[in-house]
Amino acid sequence: MSSSFLFNQFMGGLTTAMFLFLIASGLSLVFGVMRVINFAHGSFYMIGAYLAWQVVDWVHPTGGEFWIAAIGAALGVGLLGAVTERVFFRTLYGREELYQLLFTYALVLILGDAAKFLWGVGQLSVSTPPVLSGSVTMFGTTQPLYTLFIIAIGPAIAFALWLGLNRTGTGRMVRAAQMDREMLAALGANVSIIYTGMFALSAFLAGLSGALVTPIQSIVPGMDVLIIVQAFIVVVIGGMGSLWGTFWGSVIYGQVLSFGILILPGFSLFSVFALMAVILIVRPWGLFGRPL
Amino acid sequence: MNATVAAPAPPSRAAAAAPAEYRTVASRIPWVLIVFVIMATVPWVGTRYDTFLAGQIVIDALFAVSLNLLLGTTGLVSFGHVAYFGVGAYVCGILMKTYELPFIVAFPAAGLGAALFALISGYFCVRLIKLYFAMLTLAFSQIVWAVAYKWNDVTGGDQGLPEIPYPDLDWMSAIPGCADLSDGARFYLLSLVLVAVSLAVVHRIVRSPFGRVLTTVRDNPDRAAFLGVNVRLYQLAAFVIAGGLAGLAGALYGIFSRGVFTDYVFWSKSAEILIMTILGGAGFFWGPPVGAAVLVWLNQIVTDYTQYWSFVLGAILLVLLFGFPGGIVGGIVMLWRRLKRLRNA
Repeated sequence: MSSSFLFNQFMGGLTTAMFLFLIASGLSLVFGVMRVINFAHGSFYMIGAYLAWQVVDWVHPTGGEFWIAAIGAALGVGLLGAVTERVFFRTLYGREELYQLLFTYALVLILGDAAKFLWGVGQLSVSTPPVLSGSVTMFGTTQPLYTLFIIAIGPAIAFALWLGLNRTGTGRMVRAAQMDREMLAALGANVSIIYTGMFALSAFLAGLSGALVTPIQSIVPGMDVLIIVQAFIVVVIGGMGSLWGTFWGSVIYGQVLSFGILILPGFSLFSVFALMAVILIVRPWGLFGRPL
Repeated sequence: MNATVAAPAPPSRAAAAAPAEYRTVASRIPWVLIVFVIMATVPWVGTRYDTFLAGQIVIDALFAVSLNLLLGTTGLVSFGHVAYFGVGAYVCGILMKTYELPFIVAFPAAGLGAALFALISGYFCVRLIKLYFAMLTLAFSQIVWAVAYKWNDVTGGDQGLPEIPYPDLDWMSAIPGCADLSDGARFYLLSLVLVAVSLAVVHRIVRSPFGRVLTTVRDNPDRAAFLGVNVRLYQLAAFVIAGGLAGLAGALYGIFSRGVFTDYVFWSKSAEILIMTILGGAGFFWGPPVGAAVLVWLNQIVTDYTQYWSFVLGAILLVLLFGFPGGIVGGIVMLWRRLKRLRNA
């Protein structure tokens, strides 16, 4: 195994990791604040991908359409998240986990079929934006610019979220809501708007990652249920509700998947689920999380 | 003042305490027996397709009842119950197809195999609470899925195990009226009997002192622990029994649908069976079978009109969650009580 081959595997793993971080960060945020596991997060991601394709289709010849599409898709899904939280989700707070889980699963079913109805069952794809369509040579390997862009945007989003949570007034409110929502509400803060905002932000991130994945993966029905399980693994490894935990969880997941194929071909799929089970058994709150 | 308020109360309290005196005609009818007899006549009075649907209902009913032993009786939310269904289906399928063993060996082996896997995975699961429990059951079910998907030599991988043989049912020709039935119809009758026996066993378990302890564990695990109940042990016991029964359902399903495929163990199937259970009513023993029947029947009707069954299922789930948390049986019971109160008033 040459070093350039290993580097290639490493970069492949890192790209997977950063995509998953973008998706899982939203899942983790919602879990941290509302203690809800959102199965529909994968559906938000899928809707983001379809919306991006739709926007590209509308504004096709203008150039720069990819960036409009990415922002448009993220905003659209963020709005969908806000509406979902306002209309349905808030009536379920304080009810049993089962009802919350099944509600998010109902969204999976509905959004999955809505996407099939609106965009059909065929594969759709979006071309890479011209600015990032080239590639560079690194350590004797060819790395597409788009991959490098994704690897850069992961830490950027992580840092932005960290800043938002730790260095702003709103972030302080969110962290307070994480710890004790009754107390925060008693102190006169508008907890309800924080919840809506967090849900919308989470959906925004899902939509953004769905849009960003379109140049390297085709958009197909069923991408929602496949991605959500992977996002669960990442969040469980890092610690549900922990931002940096989710970040490192995705890095670990990406590398285990990428190098697992070399060590035990055919068992990389098994190894990531086994890793999830082992972490839940040994440290249910994850590598970087805190016990509830 | 007190007397006037209390006056109407005694009859209703008496009704609760001594139901035998107030038994209505409806409660004297042996509903379960009637349903069983109706189901048993399907191969003669219905088409081949009716038999197929009835088989699906019967097997799903067992699967959902096994899940409800966890959900309704013990209060454990498993999101990976399909793992045990899948283990049972694969064990039975592999034994019958690859090793050509008879059904009478493969069927119990499927139940035991699933129960053993439930013992190993459940040992770890019952140590976790609520959401972590759900996540770990999900992880185990995905491990089963990954193994089924990748272990080509044994499970057939992506292609699955098609053409699992029917068990040898020639002995059924000796039963009057069964001589002309097809293998599929005979296997349906066998499944019906096996499921009926299994349901009777679960019914007995739930009503037994052991089942009462499970309910106590559900309602208040702390108090149960104070009373000296080993909460985890009881939860594990329920987990193993539920896993074994799901394995039996899986074994029947593999033969019934002529093959075992990786779809059977994908996590979304666990969600479907949860929906089935709460659609019928998780708080009632007969809720899950009612849910199974209604869902299979609805699926049949809806897919005649549209391919968007998932959308309809999602909509049903929303109505259920926001309007009828007690499910169908819960709704009927509530309606019944209200009517009774009206009549008594």
